[in-house]
Amino acid sequence: MKKWVKVAALLVVVLALGLAAGCGGNAQKSAEGDTIKVGVNFELSGDVATYGTSCKNGILLAFEEINANGGVLGKKIEPLVQDNKSQNREARNIAERFVSEGVVAVLGPAVSGAVQTEEPVLTAAKIPVLAPAATAPEVTYDEKTKKVKDFIFRVCIIDPDQSQVMANYIYDVLGLKNGAIMVDKNNDYSVGLGETFKEYFTKKGGKIVAEEGFVSTDTAFKPQLTSIYSKKPDFIYVPAYYNQVGLIIKQAREMGIDLPIMGADGWDSPKLVELAGADNLNNCYFTNHYSVEDPSDLIQNFIKAYEKKYNTTPDAFAALGYDTAYLLAKAIEQAGSAEPEKIQQALENIEDFEGVTGKLSYDEKHNPIKEVSIIKLENGKQKLIKKMQPKH
Amino acid sequence: MDNLKKYLSTIIICLVLATFFVAVQWGISSGFISGYWVTNLYLVGINIILAASLNLINGFTGEFSLGHAGFMAVGAYSSAVITANLGLPFPLAVIVGMLAAALTGLLVGLPTLRLRGDYLAIATLGFGEIVRVVLMNIDYVGGASGLMGIPALVNWPIIFFSVVLSLLLIRNFICSSHGRACLSVRENDLAAQMMGVNITYYRVLAFVIGAALAGLAGVLYAHYYTILQPREFSFMLTFDVLVMVMVGGLGSLTGSVVGAVIITIASAFLQAIPELRMVIYAVLLILSAIFRPQGLLGEKEVTLNNLQKLGGVFNGTVGSKQAH
Repeated sequence: MKKWVKVAALLVVVLALGLAAGCGGNAQKSAEGDTIKVGVNFELSGDVATYGTSCKNGILLAFEEINANGGVLGKKIEPLVQDNKSQNREARNIAERFVSEGVVAVLGPAVSGAVQTEEPVLTAAKIPVLAPAATAPEVTYDEKTKKVKDFIFRVCIIDPDQSQVMANYIYDVLGLKNGAIMVDKNNDYSVGLGETFKEYFTKKGGKIVAEEGFVSTDTAFKPQLTSIYSKKPDFIYVPAYYNQVGLIIKQAREMGIDLPIMGADGWDSPKLVELAGADNLNNCYFTNHYSVEDPSDLIQNFIKAYEKKYNTTPDAFAALGYDTAYLLAKAIEQAGSAEPEKIQQALENIEDFEGVTGKLSYDEKHNPIKEVSIIKLENGKQKLIKKMQPKH
Repeated sequence: MDNLKKYLSTIIICLVLATFFVAVQWGISSGFISGYWVTNLYLVGINIILAASLNLINGFTGEFSLGHAGFMAVGAYSSAVITANLGLPFPLAVIVGMLAAALTGLLVGLPTLRLRGDYLAIATLGFGEIVRVVLMNIDYVGGASGLMGIPALVNWPIIFFSVVLSLLLIRNFICSSHGRACLSVRENDLAAQMMGVNITYYRVLAFVIGAALAGLAGVLYAHYYTILQPREFSFMLTFDVLVMVMVGGLGSLTGSVVGAVIITIASAFLQAIPELRMVIYAVLLILSAIFRPQGLLGEKEVTLNNLQKLGGVFNGTVGSKQAH
């Protein structure tokens, strides 16, 4: 019995060491060869694995296409994919690994906190980071020191862009002047959008006649809706997630409130139709990064290729990942060199990059100035109405 | 003669540690050890403190606490407020972080340590979640989006001495009469009480020391990673530490060190294979649970004495049970 125990203990240790040696060896091998190495650092397991996996899928699809078309500057791109377990400390760990492996740029992670954790390492090593989905303003700009983080570039629009575009659309195009706002008090995303919407809408000359809040766990919204309706607004702005929005719209229509209801990218889910009912969603609008209904060739080809490779419709994260990869390829081409610092320079000067999620240029805070899609729901189907550019 | 022998072993240990310290310091400053390994080295250090302090509560005192991430969060956030928000020096942050965690440990420990087994586990689990949710709702520390701009003040000497001093503190505590009392509580609380041991006092004492050291780990974490987010301190963190303790051996201090090193390094090397990562991790755990349920070291310690008799049978050490 004793022998067994010793053998088993040894086995476990050997297994651990063997893995260590095996993986270490792989990493070393890839350091050679005539390829451009790009770090791909995403949440592939853990609580936000769905975001990270979609981004990674989009990126790998794009690199595959780029390599099939001859690569960049005559070299193939070699993505080094690593999983950060949805943990900030792992994300930083991976960033250190990328530095020692000599990557020219790092793509990811998806969530803001993880990007911020890896940032010091990569800034010190002067390696540019492209964050496909980090929406927090502090990711690229430090409010305290008023300094731009030179090596971090964001590919998604920041939240205030969405509320700005929606405010412009409602005031200028729909011509509605009196609004009501309903936000999820427990969610910074929702509260933030509500606040910036109010700011933009009142600046344009509109009036917010009612503001109501709810909490994430609420399921009955009739008290708030009654109070809002009594103030006679022309529309209701509900920047929240689809699970609450679905119930809110359903209950509003049941009460006979047929006002237009507006929202943001948190609405984008097939579940919304299930929850609210297709008929109830008529006269509802929301802002998003892109629309699968967009007839442009670029978008339709992307969707076809993605569906072929992964057997599923790409979500916004996949589209952002796809754009991130192409943006990097364009920057390398413009730089004429795969040196990290030259890529950083090229990224700062990117103008009108045509991506699936809209035309992109950077402002001085490394935030993309990008078109926002306005989508209208008709009998449960998403229809792209207009693409509008926010002002920075 | 005996005295000389005693000092000799202390001297040998000090020499070995000093050599290790200097070698790594040289390796870092000369660039011989790459940034990737430095990160992992620091993470191993932080994990050793976490595992050893959890072992003091779960292994040596025989409680089952699941609130370690909570104490770490308290230490991390309170120290970060000192340096980032108030701009005060780092040593003060260490003291405040440890004291805050210890105080929280005392407040949580006094009522809950009257509970036993499963009930204590549930109560401490609840505590850990409460800390996380409360932090998420305090705007002063950044709420859900996190506390940023913490100065990066952690370096190799700080990590090294924190680990050595923490292990020394726990070892000396276990070898003291207080530690013996804790062990007696673990072995049989009724018998311990009959012998005049104030069992609640010793449980709370071990709990508070464990919490303070978890707080220290939090301080180091905050000032190395420079950003804190409540979601990092979820139950999964406690679970990771618990696995280190279990793999190393519940009730073995050197076991905790071994466990922390193995789990941290294994986790780092599995980053490249996300599909199999959790599977391999789980297989490792299952194997160790089947063949070595008491952990790699059981309740034994690696000491100089044992190393001298390498190849022989491990013999009587601190904290070993008479019959197993």
